[in-house]
Amino acid sequence: MSPDRHKPHDLGGLPAGPIDREEHDLAHWEQRIDAMVSLCFSKGVLHDVAELRVGIEALGPDAYDKLGYYERWAASIANRLVSKEVLTRRELDERIEVIRARRGDS
Amino acid sequence: MPRFSCGDRVQIARRDCAEHHRVPDYVKGKTGHIERVCVPFGQPEKLALGLDGKPFQMLYRVRLEQADLWESYAGSPGDTLEIEIFEHWLEPAADA
Repeated sequence: MSPDRHKPHDLGGLPAGPIDREEHDLAHWEQRIDAMVSLCFSKGVLHDVAELRVGIEALGPDAYDKLGYYERWAASIANRLVSKEVLTRRELDERIEVIRARRGDS
Repeated sequence: MPRFSCGDRVQIARRDCAEHHRVPDYVKGKTGHIERVCVPFGQPEKLALGLDGKPFQMLYRVRLEQADLWESYAGSPGDTLEIEIFEHWLEPAADA
C-alpha cells in the first residue's frame, strides 16, 4: 500500500488512534440532513447512493478532513442541488448569510 | 453465467481508478477466494455518473487472509476478512 495513492476517503489501513465505540445521539440538524437526502432521492435529484458518494469524494482533501459525516452529506447535496439547477449558488449563499446573522456567527 | 464459482482463487485488480469505485486500496492486488456468488448489481462507476449502471456486474463475497493484508499482523492465524467485490475488479489468481 502506498499512502500517496490514497484519496482522502480511502482510509483503510492508515495509522489512526483508538476507535471511539461510544454510541452518539444524532443532533436535530443531522436528522434534517438525513431527511434532505431522502427527499433528494424521492424527488429524483439523486438516483443512487453512488451519486451522493461521488459528491463527497469530490470535496477535496481539506474539506473532507475538516467536515464531519453529515456535513459531508450536506456539502454533497448542496453542490448537487446547484448543479441540477434546483438552487443557485447565490440563493444558497444568501440563505447561509441569513442563518449566520440569526445565530450571531461571524 | 458468473465468471467465478465458490472456492475459486481470485486476485483483486491493482489498478488506479480516479473515479468513484467500491474497492478500498488496502485490498487491491490481494489474492483470496470466492466465499459466495451474490447477485448482479449496477456498476458503481457508472451509477456515480448518473447512468443506469448497465451492464450489471456480478458481485462476489471474497475472503482474504488478514495476514495477507497487513504486514506483521498480530491477530490469530486464520483470521479472515470478507469483502464484496464486483466481477470487473477480479481476475483468476496466478496460483489458481
